[in-house]
Amino acid sequence: MAIPLSYSWRNLLTRRVTTVLTAGGMALVVFVFTATLMLAEGLRQTLVSTGSPDNVVVLRKSSETEVQSTLDRQVSNIAATQPELATDSQGRTMAAREVVVLFVLPKRTGEKSNVVIRGVGETSLELRPQVRLIEGRMPAPGSTEIMVGQSVLTKFAGVGLGQTMRFGQRLWTVVGVFDAGRTGFSSEIWGDAEQLMQAFRRQAFSVVVAKLRDPDGFEPYKARIEGDPRLQAEVKRERQYYEDQSKALSRFLKVLGVSLTGIFSVGAMLGASITMYSSVATRTAEIGTLRALGFRRRDILLAFLAEALLLGALGGAAGVAASSLLGFLTFSTTNFQTFSELAFGFTLTGEIAATSVGFALFMGVVGGFLPALRASRLVIVEALRSG
Amino acid sequence: MSSGPLIEIRRLYKSYTRGGQAIPVLTDVSFEIGRGEFLALMGPSGSGKSTLLNCLAGIDRVDSGEIVVNGQDITLLDETDLARWRSRSVGFIFQFYNLIPVLTALENVELPLLLTGLTRRERREHAAAALAAVGLSDRSDHYPAQLSGGQQQRVAIARAVVTDPDILVADEPTGDLDRTSAEEILTLMNRLNQELEKTIIMVTHDPRAAQEAHVLRHLDKGELSRAADTPGR
Ligand SMILES: Nc1ncnc2c1ncn2[C@@H]1O[C@H](COP(=O)(O)OP(=O)(O)OP(=O)(O)O)[C@@H](O)[C@H]1O
Ligand SMILES: [Mg+2]
Repeated sequence: MAIPLSYSWRNLLTRRVTTVLTAGGMALVVFVFTATLMLAEGLRQTLVSTGSPDNVVVLRKSSETEVQSTLDRQVSNIAATQPELATDSQGRTMAAREVVVLFVLPKRTGEKSNVVIRGVGETSLELRPQVRLIEGRMPAPGSTEIMVGQSVLTKFAGVGLGQTMRFGQRLWTVVGVFDAGRTGFSSEIWGDAEQLMQAFRRQAFSVVVAKLRDPDGFEPYKARIEGDPRLQAEVKRERQYYEDQSKALSRFLKVLGVSLTGIFSVGAMLGASITMYSSVATRTAEIGTLRALGFRRRDILLAFLAEALLLGALGGAAGVAASSLLGFLTFSTTNFQTFSELAFGFTLTGEIAATSVGFALFMGVVGGFLPALRASRLVIVEALRSG
Repeated sequence: MSSGPLIEIRRLYKSYTRGGQAIPVLTDVSFEIGRGEFLALMGPSGSGKSTLLNCLAGIDRVDSGEIVVNGQDITLLDETDLARWRSRSVGFIFQFYNLIPVLTALENVELPLLLTGLTRRERREHAAAALAAVGLSDRSDHYPAQLSGGQQQRVAIARAVVTDPDILVADEPTGDLDRTSAEEILTLMNRLNQELEKTIIMVTHDPRAAQEAHVLRHLDKGELSRAADTPGR
C-alpha cells in the first residue's frame, strides 16, 4: 500500500497560508474559465428555450436570421395553411405571420442599442406560451399600441407603461409589459404586424411561425415547403433555429474564455509548481526517511502528485463555488446574428462544473509533476543528510 | 537458519567524488556481525561511520565488496528489491528521530506497516503494541512537535521495531538528547537486544553509549579495528 492520502492532505493543511494563496490563484483562473462556459451555456439555453419543441419557423431560403428573412404574402399564406399544422378551437391554423425589424433605442446608461421589434399576429401569443403579460394590457389588434419585454424595460429608457416612442414616423404607446422568462422574447418589443409593416414601409413578412399538430409532422411539412421552387423557403424547428443563433456567439465566448484562461493558467501552474518545489525542499529529510523505511520512488511521486492534485481540487472547488454565485446575475450582450440586445444569465451545469474541476486538477498535475519527480529522484543518504 | 554470523562484510570499498576527485571513505573493510550482537561503532568525525552504517542498512551503494546478510548479498539487489529488503529486515533509528511531523505518534509507528500485507486493524494493533512497549501508549494521538526529544526517539524506536526486523541501525541515537533521556534510550535499546534478540549496530561518539554495547569497533581513516577493550557485560 502506498503513502495514504491523509499524509498529503495534512501537509497542505500545515502550510495553510501557502495552500490558500496557491489554491486561490488557481481558483481565480477556474473562476474565469467557469464563468465564460456558464455565459456561453446561459446564452445557449436562453436562445434554445426561446423556441418551443413543436413550433416550426419558415424563413426565406439561406437567411440565417428572422431579421434578414422576407416572405411575401403569398408565400406566407401557403406556409401558414398546411395539413400538418395544428388548429385552434375555431378551426383556424395556428400560424403567425410576423415581421421582425431592428430599431435603435437609448439605453438607461445613455448609450444606444438595437432592439428587436416583432410585429405579431393574433396567434403569436398562443404559439409562445412563455410570454405572459405582467402589467398593463395587451395591445389592441390593428392599433399602434405596443408591449415591451421585461428586459427591455429594465435596460432601455422611455419604454415604461404609458410612455410613447416614435419610430417609423408614428407614435407608439406602451400599454403592456410582458415577461418571457429567460428567453430571447424578453428582450423584444411586440406590436401589430400590419401596423409595423406600414410604418416601416415593408411589403413582406419576415417569418411564419406555426405549431405542428404533432411533432412527426415536421418532416413532411419541411419536405413540401422546401420542395416547392416557387416558395424559396426554408423550414426549421423553432428550437433548432434559436440554437443555431446561439452557436457563433457561444463559440466566440468559449474560445475567448479558454484562450484567456489558458494564458492565466500558466501563472497558476507556475504558482503550484513553486509551492510544491518548496514543499519538497522543506521535506527533503522526510522524503529520505520514507525511502529508508522502504517506500519506493513511485510512492513518493504519487504522494506529491496527490498533494498537487488536492491543491488543484481545492482551487477548482473554490473557483466553481465562486462562479456559481454568478448564476444570480443577468447579463446583457449583443446577439451577433441579429445585433440586437439580448439578456441572459450565467448558467452552471454539472458538465461545466466537472470540466472546470477537471481543468483545476490538470493545472495541479502539470504544476506538481516536476517537483514530485524531483522528490522521487532524491538520493536517500543525501536527503537524510539535509535534515 | 544458519548459526554463522548474521552479517558478513567483505572487502568493502566506498569513495565519494567531489570536484572530479575521488575521496576514499571506506578502504577494504571486512568484518562480521554476529546474530544478536550489539555493536558500537566509534571513530573520529569524518572517518566514515555513517557511510558504513548506511551501506549495511541498504540505503547507500558500495563501490565494491560484499555485504551478506542471512546468506544474501544485498549489494546485488536492485533498487526495488533493496527497498523491500529494508522494509522487512532493517529498523532505522536516527539522531534527529525523523518522525513525520503531520502524523501522530501512532501513525508514525504504523507507517512501515503500510508496506506489509496487514489489514488496517492489524496495523493499528501492532502499532499500539509497539508504542506500549516503549511506554508511550498515552501519547498515541500526540504529534511529534508535542513530544519531548526523548519521547520522540522512543516513538522512532517503536517505528523501527514494529515490523519485527532482524537488524536495528542507529546513527548517534543519543546525539541530540540530554543525559537522562539518553540513558532511557540506551536502556530501551539494550532491552530490545536482550529480550527481542535484535542485532543492533550503533554509531556513537558517546563513550557511555558505547559501554552499553557488547562489541566496540573503531573506524579511522576508512579502516576498521576491533577495540582492544571491548566492553563486557
Ligand atoms: N554525499 C557525499 N558526498 C561527498 N562526500 C561525502 C558524502 N557523504 C560523506 N562524504 C564524506 O565521506 C566522509 C565520511 O563521512 P561520514 O558521514 O561517513 O563520516 P562520519 O564518520 O559519520 O562522521 P561524523 O562522526 O561527523 O558523523 C567524510 O569526509 C564526508 O565528507
Ligand atoms: Mg555520521
